[in-house]
Amino acid sequence: MSTDTHAAHADDHHHGDGHAHGTFSSYMLGFVLSVVLTAIPFWLVMSGTLPSKQITALVIMAFAVVQIVVHMIYFLHMNTTSENGWSMMALIFTIVMVVIALSGSLWVMGHLNSNMMPVHQMTGMN
Amino acid sequence: MTVSVNPSQTGEPLFYLADEHPHPEGYSTSLGFWIYLMSDCLIFAILFATFGVLGGNYAAGPAPKDLFDLNLVAVNTSMLLLSSITYGFAMLTMQQNKIAQTQMWLAITGLFGAAFIGIELTEFAHMIHEGATPQRSAFLSAFFTLVGTHGLHVTCGLIWLVTLMVQVQKFGLIEANRRRLMCLSMFWHFLDVVWIGVFTFVYLLGVLR
Repeated sequence: MSTDTHAAHADDHHHGDGHAHGTFSSYMLGFVLSVVLTAIPFWLVMSGTLPSKQITALVIMAFAVVQIVVHMIYFLHMNTTSENGWSMMALIFTIVMVVIALSGSLWVMGHLNSNMMPVHQMTGMN
Repeated sequence: MTVSVNPSQTGEPLFYLADEHPHPEGYSTSLGFWIYLMSDCLIFAILFATFGVLGGNYAAGPAPKDLFDLNLVAVNTSMLLLSSITYGFAMLTMQQNKIAQTQMWLAITGLFGAAFIGIELTEFAHMIHEGATPQRSAFLSAFFTLVGTHGLHVTCGLIWLVTLMVQVQKFGLIEANRRRLMCLSMFWHFLDVVWIGVFTFVYLLGVLR
């Protein structure tokens, strides 16, 4: 009986290893990186340093993407081996779905906005 | 865990798991919870898409420039960031079996989370007082839905956090509580990731527009 529970515990440990843990230094590195990656976009928008709004928008979006990756790695401990790669698989699937939903909505609705003016506005111009 | 064809006993192929071994309780919890988070991610993606489509329709009402105070948003963002790192410390002390320190870091995380919710509610109250209610324009409907859903998630996280602190106080850092704390850790950090999208796309790009 005691060997049975011991075996079960060893098995448990084996499965538990599938999840990665952070260390103090990895958490601190993630924190410092995310503070920097948050502070720069706020500073760019609040001070208006960059010459045009388009450039500022692109730069802060790039910072957001980098910061999301930093959080994924240092806080959520994402890697390709945890849960035999299934969490990475679920993440990739979700990213594909999110990209389709976001870009599809913005694309289709943007076209609707520009091509389908309300009728009363069209007639009002004459 | 391989589907093995086992001809040794009957001579016929076996089309099921030959080595069905029992799994310890909760061994699949973290993967299951991760899949829940991914489905939650899809909810937020749709809310972001709605905001992206409707975010410019002010209906002659207030625009982001008139409503948002970026200083306040910066303070709010730092609250959530600080709560993320303090939760990280709670996980580190949990791994070292230090109950008192784990509880302390969990309490600090809860305070930062409560500060975040407090600041957000103050902002909402201020906006509604100025007439920028969800009914005012499509932009404000989308704004309150997206940011409100995130706030609701953080509130649920706070309730969960307090519950787990009581659990740890009562039963100590047993295996089940460790598993629950790990799930909440994923939830909490996930909400921080969503907030990166909120402050970038709603607040910063809104003020820029």
